[in-house]
Amino acid sequence: MTEATMTNEVVEKTGVDRKVPDQTVGNVYVDEPRMTSRAVDVYYGDKQAIDGVTLDIGAQEVISFIGPSGCGKSTFLRCLNRMNDTIDICRVTGEIALDGQNIYDPSIDVVPLRARVGMVFQKPNPFPKSIYDNIAYGPRIHGLATDKVDLDNIVEESLTKAGLWEEVKDRLEQPGTGLSGGQQQRLCIARAMAVSPEVILMDEPCSALDPIATAKVEELIHELREQYTIVIVTHSMQQAARVSNRTAYFHLGKLVEVGETKQIFTNPTHELTQDYITGRFG
Amino acid sequence: MNTHASAASATEVVQQGLDKRYSAESRFKIYGILGISIAMVFLFILMFSILSTGIPAFSKSKILLPFYMDPEVINVEDLADPAAARKINLRKIVNDSKAAFFGATERADKRQLEEVVSTLAQLEVLEHIRANPEDVGQTVELWVTADDEAGRWYKGEVDETLPENRRPLNDQQIEWLKRLTAEERVKTTFNDTFFQGGDSRNPEQAGILAALKGSFLTLIVTLGLSFPVGVAAAVYLEEFAPKNRFTDLVEVNINNLAAVPSIIFGLLGLAVFLNIFGMPRSAPVVGGLVLTLMTLPTIIISSRAALRAVPPSIKDAALGLGASPMQTVFHHVVPLALPGMLTGTIIGLAQALGETAPLLMIGMVAFIVDVPQGFTDASSVLPVQIYLWSDSAERAFVEKTSGGIIVLLMFLIAMNAMAVLLRKKFERRW
Amino acid sequence: MSLTSILLILLGIALLGSFYAKSHVLKMAGSQVTAMHSLPNHHFAYTFLVTLLPSAIVAIIWSLSEQTVIMNLVVGTFPENIQALPADLMSLTMTKFQNFLNGVVFGEPDPWMVASGEAYVSMVSNSRWGATLVSLILAGLGVYWAVSRIEPQFRARNRVETIIKGFLIVCSIVAILTTIGIVVSVLFESIRFFREISIFEFLFGTHWSPMIAMREDQAGSSGSFGAIPLFTGTLLISAIAMSVAIPVGLMSAIYLSEYANQKARSVLKPLLEILAGIPTVVYGFFAALTVAPFLAQNGASLGLDVSTESALAAGIVMGIMIIPFISSLSDDVINSVPQSLRDAAYGLGATRSETIRQVILPAALPGIVGAVLLAVSRAIGETMIVVMAAGVAARLTANPLESVTTVTVQIVKLLIGDQEFDSPKTMAAFALGLTLLVITLCLNIYALHVVRKYREQYD
Repeated sequence: MTEATMTNEVVEKTGVDRKVPDQTVGNVYVDEPRMTSRAVDVYYGDKQAIDGVTLDIGAQEVISFIGPSGCGKSTFLRCLNRMNDTIDICRVTGEIALDGQNIYDPSIDVVPLRARVGMVFQKPNPFPKSIYDNIAYGPRIHGLATDKVDLDNIVEESLTKAGLWEEVKDRLEQPGTGLSGGQQQRLCIARAMAVSPEVILMDEPCSALDPIATAKVEELIHELREQYTIVIVTHSMQQAARVSNRTAYFHLGKLVEVGETKQIFTNPTHELTQDYITGRFG
Repeated sequence: MNTHASAASATEVVQQGLDKRYSAESRFKIYGILGISIAMVFLFILMFSILSTGIPAFSKSKILLPFYMDPEVINVEDLADPAAARKINLRKIVNDSKAAFFGATERADKRQLEEVVSTLAQLEVLEHIRANPEDVGQTVELWVTADDEAGRWYKGEVDETLPENRRPLNDQQIEWLKRLTAEERVKTTFNDTFFQGGDSRNPEQAGILAALKGSFLTLIVTLGLSFPVGVAAAVYLEEFAPKNRFTDLVEVNINNLAAVPSIIFGLLGLAVFLNIFGMPRSAPVVGGLVLTLMTLPTIIISSRAALRAVPPSIKDAALGLGASPMQTVFHHVVPLALPGMLTGTIIGLAQALGETAPLLMIGMVAFIVDVPQGFTDASSVLPVQIYLWSDSAERAFVEKTSGGIIVLLMFLIAMNAMAVLLRKKFERRW
Repeated sequence: MSLTSILLILLGIALLGSFYAKSHVLKMAGSQVTAMHSLPNHHFAYTFLVTLLPSAIVAIIWSLSEQTVIMNLVVGTFPENIQALPADLMSLTMTKFQNFLNGVVFGEPDPWMVASGEAYVSMVSNSRWGATLVSLILAGLGVYWAVSRIEPQFRARNRVETIIKGFLIVCSIVAILTTIGIVVSVLFESIRFFREISIFEFLFGTHWSPMIAMREDQAGSSGSFGAIPLFTGTLLISAIAMSVAIPVGLMSAIYLSEYANQKARSVLKPLLEILAGIPTVVYGFFAALTVAPFLAQNGASLGLDVSTESALAAGIVMGIMIIPFISSLSDDVINSVPQSLRDAAYGLGATRSETIRQVILPAALPGIVGAVLLAVSRAIGETMIVVMAAGVAARLTANPLESVTTVTVQIVKLLIGDQEFDSPKTMAAFALGLTLLVITLCLNIYALHVVRKYREQYD
């Protein structure tokens, strides 16, 4: 790994030194970052799961995290909206900021944070409630709708954005658990969008879906990139290549390489990335 | 060749042992069947003995007798006023009438008639004459309740082959009862008195309403306290509690409390609720408190299991939307776990309903005649009433006891069926 | 004012205050809910809780303690000669006074009683006023405090959640309080008992007859308190129960988990559960009504002298009660033996019973031992069956046909009916309770430990 390590320094207009850490190749910084992470370590008890990850996530970009199982990509994703808080033994050090504000600052309330950084999970997890209530739950707890009409609009808009409206508009009162897997996952995406987040985190959103449903969700991600910053963890390199404009490769808790998706898949710099891309392991 | 032979002989050895092994096999299986059959036979004998002695408690014998409504004893004006009506010497009316009917003139004979007609007859006569004041001065044929011993004779529970002095009814009394049968003056009706009123020294007047109401009030207190407290404790321990020594202590505590003998909870109630807090003896509120503490571990343990069964992905979904942990738990996890928690609560309450020992300690063994009206009135509960009746000397209380047990079992079966239905209906496969 | 009406008024104040707080914060935020930290309803709930909780708790504690405090104060108004009465006469006087307050008077009441009665009445009315005033002031302060803190950025939701969490914690502490209550109440009386009767006499004495007073005025002499016959009686009955329950329960469990088909299981298991759900008072009645006479008659025809309250009858019925307990616990234990072990045995050509006896049972043994220990502790603590079917007289015997008594029977007999609270008789019941608690607790802790160790082995 050492021989492939290279250091490149970028001096930004502000004049602040932005040193790329030794472990990473490629440009981890972007000009107008939405989220920034600096030297993030994550421990589960005594075990270190993430080691010194520094990475910027730009506004209106789709960035995908790839890497072999257990490389820490999902763990890092869950740090971005503090979902790791729910695990008692999990400890995060370093700094992760959203719009310049450290989200691990003790004064930060995770509740509004998660309204700004939404999340879609590996397995579709609709609430065992009606389709309508699934979408309306977020706006309700955050007080985003002033009245019933407003709420109806939010529900319709979110479902439309998720491309689900035409399929479910006649059965909004039926349980969300009755939908097909792909529909459920799009329902979960719609549910995440209903609280108007700035960033949407997707943790292998298609791993439980068949190819046709996967195609629909990917199409949806494509459309959403106009409005949202999307971070997606995926096991499928093709998917990363299809949906994202930047790609980050994780290995054993370290961020090994990050760059334009096209460059990563056609011309990876790091040996490990190359091995992974060409299917030597993973 | 040689190896071949030894292989063949090995097969042979196995073959030779097979019979023995198979007979051991079937013997073992028979032991198993025997075990389960013994358990089932016990269950059957228990149910049979309770049912066969208890069913008669739900019927009673009535006899038709002519009553002379003596105008010298009954003042027509008194009838309108309940207080005055109660002072009428009905005893004389009943005693004179039955003596006249059976032709009993001697004092001894008259006393023997007490085992034929119940003292309830006085009330029945009063009821009739208040409804029909015009009958004063007339002789009226009325159906009145038979005495408990007469009732048992009509139900065929008195062994006539016993010598007279070891029988509850003597030859003369049986003669009278036979005469009533011959004249078709006997009928069997539904025993409504059994479902009215409270305990009584006279078996034919004893009812379970007071005990039922006492059980009901006690269970209301138990439900009202144990459900919220148990669910809250379960929610805290399962969803919020940090893993530290304190929560470990609470856990160990709950597991041990679940196994503390119930009578110890009675001692707690006696020492703390009655003697320190000075709460009233025999009151449903104290009984409810003691049973709450007793059922809490059951409810907490089953509620925690129900909470644990809710998949974490639901929690993730809510948290990912920015719901606070408290909102996540109360909007999503608790509603999904509710059927499971209710099932646990119903089972805990069923246990509490059948519990006797701790209630004896806090004085719920009092002789309760009146139906309790509130949570602080002295009252009994169904199982304690059963215990009291089973301790009574009169033979007729045996059927009351079994009758009470049948009622208790009905309620328990209903509660358990409710729990099973609830589980079936809301059972979710994730 | 009664407690109920005070509480209703407090509720009203809290509701009004909360509605005001909600509209107040909405006005401050210009109806822009999204600009607020918490929803208006959270501000409502915050105000409601801050107003109602302290004032209602004070009102409730006040009325609960009122009676005791006032009674103590009233005693101070009694004439000196009455206050100087010895304790037993004093308590008699207090009862008389209580009756007088309740309007039960026999003849002309003493003048001092009338005076103290008036003092009592005025104290009660003062106290009621005090309770009303204090709780109203607290409620008012609550509203003021809440409203003054509320603004759109106020973290009302977090505060409300902290209060709810506090409630949840208090509820989970109830279990600990119960344990403390049990230990303290049993221990306290026991210590007083052991001050009068030596602990060695209690634990090792062989003569138990607490009811017979030798002489009225003799201190601590209401009888002799050697508990050995009780312990042996308890052991005898438990042993009989276990010798019924262990073979029947274990074989039922083996049959159900290894032999019975799905259909038989679905019928037999619920039937066993019925056996488990029957209240103990029913078992007690069954023992006294059916089993004991049956044994006595058959014993007589065999030339045996069987007591109608024989240990055998109580023990057998207790065993029946415990069968489902043993069988369901053993069933769990047997089912948690991994399938791979069974497969290994079957693969070698073992028959079913050989697999069970030589592989499954040895593997499951620790778990089964744990289950049996739990069952023993339950048998020792069982009360109603022995109260109804076993004897009262303490007899030191190992003959199951004779009548023996148990620890639980004696607790019930000592505490039922009219009791003088401070007599050694009643305190003896608590000492027995302590013994029972210690024994069952040790058995349980050990059994749970064994079972947990067993579970970990296959997890």
